[in-house]
Amino acid sequence: MKQFILTTLNGLTLGALYFLVASGFTLVFGLMRNVNLAHGALYLLGAYVGWTVADKTEYWLLGVAAGFAATAVLGLGLQLLIFRRMEGQDLRQTMVTIGISIVLADLMLWFWGGETYQFSPPEVIDGSLLLPFTPNWRYPSYRIALLVAAAAIGVGLWLFLNRTKVGMMIRAGVDDRAMLAASGVNVQRVFAITFMVGAGLAGFAGVVGGTALSIAPGEDVRYLLASLIVVIVGGLGSITGAAVGALIIGLAEQYGLAYSPTYGAVYTFLILVAALALRPQGLMGRRA
Amino acid sequence: MMRSVRGAFLAATMLAGLSITASAQAADSIKVGGLATLEGAFTVLGQDGLRGLELALKEANYTAGGKKIELVKGSSDATPDSAIRAARKLVEQDKVDILVGPLSGDEGVAMRDFAKTHPNVTFINGSSAAQDTTLRSPAPNFYRFNTDGVQWAAGLGDYSAKTKGYKRVVTVAEDYGFPYSQVMGFMLEFCKAGGKVADKFWVPIGNKDFSSIIAKIPDNIDAIYVALGGADATNFLTQYEQSGGDKPMIAGSITVDQTVLGAKGKRRSYLIGTPSAGPIADTWDDAKWKQFVADYKKAFPDGLPSPSLFAHAYYLAGKAMVEGLNEVKGDLGDGEKKFQAALAKLTMDTPTGKVSLDKNRQAIADIFLTEVVEGPNNTLMNKVVKVIPQVNQTMGMDEAEFMKLGPASRDNPECR
Repeated sequence: MKQFILTTLNGLTLGALYFLVASGFTLVFGLMRNVNLAHGALYLLGAYVGWTVADKTEYWLLGVAAGFAATAVLGLGLQLLIFRRMEGQDLRQTMVTIGISIVLADLMLWFWGGETYQFSPPEVIDGSLLLPFTPNWRYPSYRIALLVAAAAIGVGLWLFLNRTKVGMMIRAGVDDRAMLAASGVNVQRVFAITFMVGAGLAGFAGVVGGTALSIAPGEDVRYLLASLIVVIVGGLGSITGAAVGALIIGLAEQYGLAYSPTYGAVYTFLILVAALALRPQGLMGRRA
Repeated sequence: MMRSVRGAFLAATMLAGLSITASAQAADSIKVGGLATLEGAFTVLGQDGLRGLELALKEANYTAGGKKIELVKGSSDATPDSAIRAARKLVEQDKVDILVGPLSGDEGVAMRDFAKTHPNVTFINGSSAAQDTTLRSPAPNFYRFNTDGVQWAAGLGDYSAKTKGYKRVVTVAEDYGFPYSQVMGFMLEFCKAGGKVADKFWVPIGNKDFSSIIAKIPDNIDAIYVALGGADATNFLTQYEQSGGDKPMIAGSITVDQTVLGAKGKRRSYLIGTPSAGPIADTWDDAKWKQFVADYKKAFPDGLPSPSLFAHAYYLAGKAMVEGLNEVKGDLGDGEKKFQAALAKLTMDTPTGKVSLDKNRQAIADIFLTEVVEGPNNTLMNKVVKVIPQVNQTMGMDEAEFMKLGPASRDNPECR
């Protein structure tokens, strides 16, 4: 029983982390039809920048802010300088993002080396807390904080998309780009904002996820793969879909690891296969 | 039109890739492939392994047996197929005469089988330490000058049970050949001394989230035996700490090496007192070892604070290769037979004592039992408790008796 509850919590928190990474990914795809395969590299870059800032200033929260800001600015730059020039050419954009991710990965390896870095989160959330209604079961406070943060981001994104003017434009853009442009909206600016927020979320997730686990070369590919699976299962372009997909994948991974470690990785792909076979547009996705 | 442009682009990138790898081979030079994990979870370890090989070559001034040595590097990511892919490229495309590598356990087993298909190339193991690589159906042209994962655990089980007084432990280790060997080596002694291993947890290599494994660790144990490497060990320890775990650790040979002791973050007080055993000990008070550390630091100012086990193993491989080549004056004709015979007979004087090979071309060498202590300048280090002299592959047991134990695996051995 204890194991089941703890494993469920682990699955939820891992799902929360996957949601943070995948939400930016799916946001960008939904609006711009751009499969940004450099999303994993942005995750890792945010983590490294955040670590450096947190290490220098000794304020973890500053590190989180720096991780977000650095990748948001980079994302804005990428959109204005590169993707804008190849608008509507999906394949070319995708190829370019692969190229960018490879270049970024090597630059990061050169700059930060191959070591494993670990954050020191603030005292308040660095330790374990007693789970309520249980006989002395402890759970890492940080992972609870992660869960709360992901929920907050999720609500924040929902409010941003549903209650602000920019959010309204983004939703309109997802439905019909040409119509949005025709009604006098500066689509390029909407694109830039979306890409900036999406990239920033990747960097934010980098710091937050890097604190939960650790940061090292190779994490970029891991989280890119996780985001891809999450959005395929949940539905490309849908924030709710990303949340549902992330929870399913997070729980599957943790139950797999706890109850049949040898075949743990298989479950994720079984879910992926089932999703593609039965509902190719994803659980929350709409048919293109 | 679009299609042809794309095709041309692909062809161009492939050509660019080829031109980097295919370099001309000078007539009287010997081409050596250095293969290590420069990608994935073991990147730092792979980098350090190659430093060891380069140190050995640098000491020989990149010449051996009167010929110049040219080093070609290859990279794998600790999976057997990536190692074979890299080896195939080095052997078949770059045409290396000697291949030094690989780094990780299962890669070594795969390399042994690959070696059998290229009898005219000599393979010297880098640092991979799964026991079966040389114990069961060994390849005649595969040489291992480092001791293996079972040997590395010599003395640890005994010390944990008798001196530390641990009676009941669980093990957490990665799910592949090398940790199987490590756990077996530990359990051989620990179970004989009356200890019990309540459960064994095997985690996929490169797994980052250990929280569900940690949730399964029972409360009624005295200690946890942890055999995880590099980034994996760091991740496990952080999460174990965060979940309020406080059972002391018994460490595998690569769990608390320099990469983990040097990792940034706070973990010092927990690590102090952790026993471990392996082929090197950072702080061994021995003139030759100190010289080796000094040479390493001088050659690689941006390397680790002290050479890791991987640098040491690759160094042994490089040194053996140089000494073997000197013996035969660089003669690699006749399918490298003379060179291979010289390697098999080699007895080396190394920074960690005498190293010689058994009939399976597997090293017999000294093993160091260590414990983590606080060193000067706020650093942590492994202090030598005991040196176990000249440990062989069957841990001093009769060979037939040892073979009867069967190969190390997930469920072998058992003592609940």
